[in-house]
Amino acid sequence: MNQVDFGETPFVREKMRSELLAKGVFMLMALTMVLPLLTIVGYLIVKAWPILSLDFLLQNPTSRMREGGIWAPLLGTIYLVCISLLVAAPVGVLAAVYLNEYAKDNWFTRIVNLAVVNLAGVPSIVHALFGLGAFVLFAGIGRSILAASLTLAIMTLPVIIASTKEALASVPMAFREACWNVGASRWQTIRAVVLPNSISGILTGLILQVSRAAGETAPIMFTGAVFFKALRDGGILGYSLFDQCMALSMHLFTISTQVPDVPEALPYATAVVLLGLVLAVNGISIAFRVFLRARKKW
Amino acid sequence: MRMAREPVKKIEISHLTVSYGSRPVLRDLSLDVNRGEIFGIIGPAQSGKTTLLKTLNRTIDLIPGAAVRGSVRIDGAEVSTMKNVNALRRRIGMVFPLPVGLPMSIYNNVAFAPRMSGIQQRARLDEIVERSLRQAALWDEVKDRIYSLGTRLSGGQQQRLTIARALSHEPEILCLDEFSIAIDPITTMRIEDVLRELKSRMTIVLVTNLVQQARRLADRTAFILNGNLVEADRTDVIFSDNPGRRETYDFVHGLFG
Amino acid sequence: MNWRRLESKLEPITESVIRVCGISAIIFVFGIFFFVFREGAGFLFDGLNLWEFFTSTEWYPTSVSHKRYGALALIAGTASVTILAMVIAVPFGLGAAVFISEFCSPRLRETLKIVIELLAAIPSVVWGFIGLTVMNQLIIHVFHAPVGLTVLNAGIILALMSEPIIVSIGEDALKAVPDSYREAALALGATRWQLIYRALLPAAKNGLLAAVLLGIGRAIGETMAVLMATGHAVKIPTSLLDSARTLTATIAAELGEAPVRSDHYQVLFIIGVLLFAITFVVNLCADLVIKGIRNR
Repeated sequence: MNQVDFGETPFVREKMRSELLAKGVFMLMALTMVLPLLTIVGYLIVKAWPILSLDFLLQNPTSRMREGGIWAPLLGTIYLVCISLLVAAPVGVLAAVYLNEYAKDNWFTRIVNLAVVNLAGVPSIVHALFGLGAFVLFAGIGRSILAASLTLAIMTLPVIIASTKEALASVPMAFREACWNVGASRWQTIRAVVLPNSISGILTGLILQVSRAAGETAPIMFTGAVFFKALRDGGILGYSLFDQCMALSMHLFTISTQVPDVPEALPYATAVVLLGLVLAVNGISIAFRVFLRARKKW
Repeated sequence: MRMAREPVKKIEISHLTVSYGSRPVLRDLSLDVNRGEIFGIIGPAQSGKTTLLKTLNRTIDLIPGAAVRGSVRIDGAEVSTMKNVNALRRRIGMVFPLPVGLPMSIYNNVAFAPRMSGIQQRARLDEIVERSLRQAALWDEVKDRIYSLGTRLSGGQQQRLTIARALSHEPEILCLDEFSIAIDPITTMRIEDVLRELKSRMTIVLVTNLVQQARRLADRTAFILNGNLVEADRTDVIFSDNPGRRETYDFVHGLFG
Repeated sequence: MNWRRLESKLEPITESVIRVCGISAIIFVFGIFFFVFREGAGFLFDGLNLWEFFTSTEWYPTSVSHKRYGALALIAGTASVTILAMVIAVPFGLGAAVFISEFCSPRLRETLKIVIELLAAIPSVVWGFIGLTVMNQLIIHVFHAPVGLTVLNAGIILALMSEPIIVSIGEDALKAVPDSYREAALALGATRWQLIYRALLPAAKNGLLAAVLLGIGRAIGETMAVLMATGHAVKIPTSLLDSARTLTATIAAELGEAPVRSDHYQVLFIIGVLLFAITFVVNLCADLVIKGIRNR
């Protein structure tokens, strides 16, 4: 019997080598993203270690920000995030419902979609200018948690719209048609079948909104966040809607650039807390997505 | 000797022309369906049979770019000018080729339409669900797991679930569009028995690619080719050696498909 | 209480609310432009020398005797930082996109995509802090520079910030290339290199271009990171180790000090309008480029 020998000719070897080389080069490029992230996070944690503790989270800053904890900024961030979520969520979800369920495929819809993309691309400082001009000055709300939250809400709207649209689009058309054919109206179909089966995607979008809102600095700098604001009392109700507030992101900015003689670990610790908060929220959203993918109903 | 009664017309279609954009799908179609009969519609694929059904319950409205001209009357009332489209759709039951179980329990699948039309009392819903599932010959198989997910049923069960859903709002007209394509022959036979039984209660329009199915079930049959009505007559005439048109004979005897 | 009956009666109102929310994005985009323009309009039409604004590097808004509003140095600052960032981010980002799309096992792909998502989630103030501390030290040591808050610093930080967008959209573009392209190329005996260089990249070029455009938009609009990572020298940078000021950082740094409705205040809003216009055009181009694929 003849045996055909597909042994290694120089040609084959050359191909394998070039294949490996290609893989290696591109893998290196991918790693240039991953490695910096890991080393930087590691470095930050190491530098922050001396101060990180539960007390740090729960105490207020003292001695003109040179000592103490970050309770007031943390509380402020929580207020801002909650109120902006309360405003952005219904508008964003309903906007996505309109775009995916009602909008016809014409030039007007294309403009609306373009507007969403553009809204997402507006620089954060321009959002700040808008908030200042529209809410603080024109509407007369003044620099306050309310003005800052509204500014954040508009800024993070595209995130909710995009995630919700994707979630709605993943519901098969056949379900909607089955409902229409038994006499359910468009809205009834959306409310009874489409929305309940998009909840996971919608929640993912909301969680993403939260992480974005928590991290932003520029939009709140001139619309309501300040360097220092004494809390009304020690507990959760430390701010009112029309107060200005401190915020974690703003705090990091000010103690690393505006305040002299800050002990080295303090800004690192603030950075670690903010980063940890944001990454944790994102991590929850990712885990949530994976968990729900396994429980699909169709 | 029985006096032959003049058949009452349930559906009257007159000069119906439907186009998607510039492409005509139904051309000047006219036919009548009598009350209480099984009316079969046969013809090769892409002949416009599904479009005809969509025009009946006005789901054609949901297709962008669809233009409808001509008249479709149910019990004498023009369909295109009816104000309450959802009420119209509840008078007509629709079953499509691919079985669709809604992502909810079997109970809720069948209770969906009654709920949407305002029925809320549990007792009434229970009664409607059981009746519809029995009519669709599915009750015995699912009665012990009626709260389990509708999407987890087999294809044949899901198709019967679709029929149960179509029956849940007590339609006067039941339309089936190639219902047996995606299911096994045994379930198909069971559903055909169901249809024979339902005939006494409603008018049935049966669109099918399987000419033998029309022969088995339909009282009268229409042959539609490329959007045109070739011939509509009693089934025994259509399937005889002398139907009205040559094309009918050729199609029925498999000379083209 | 028959909820369904009530719901049916209220349905037209519900659908109106939905429609209003649907077009809210348009309302907000117009609103942003309107309110930003409004605050700066006064000085724009009556007092600002536009020629000087675009061509002069003399930016002395707070001087008593020698007020000048020449933004050229600021524009140069934005341009230099953005260009540097793109020079780094585009090749590495597209390379990573190629790796994820062509060479990865599904498991690794999932992991990398998660890492990219997390990278994209890092707040800009944290990036700015990294530029201020880590990058700063690094540049001082490696280049023996006197100050580490330079164009190089901001460029690297911006590159890391823009990469996730370039990678994820680039990967989408590559994924959209049909497998038949790959099969055809391999059947003709192409190596991986050739397959990528000659077949895939050209086929995906619209999506890849859109990815780069969106990355540019991100870099131009970034505020906090460049505010903290570059110095405050308002002059056209001549080397990577120069300090510079971007348009965005200028607004953030000076708005707090400018008296409301003063000329300085209004000029900052005018810079805002300029930024809005630039990012609007960039996003519009990206959208047109993507639609170009659809029309093929």
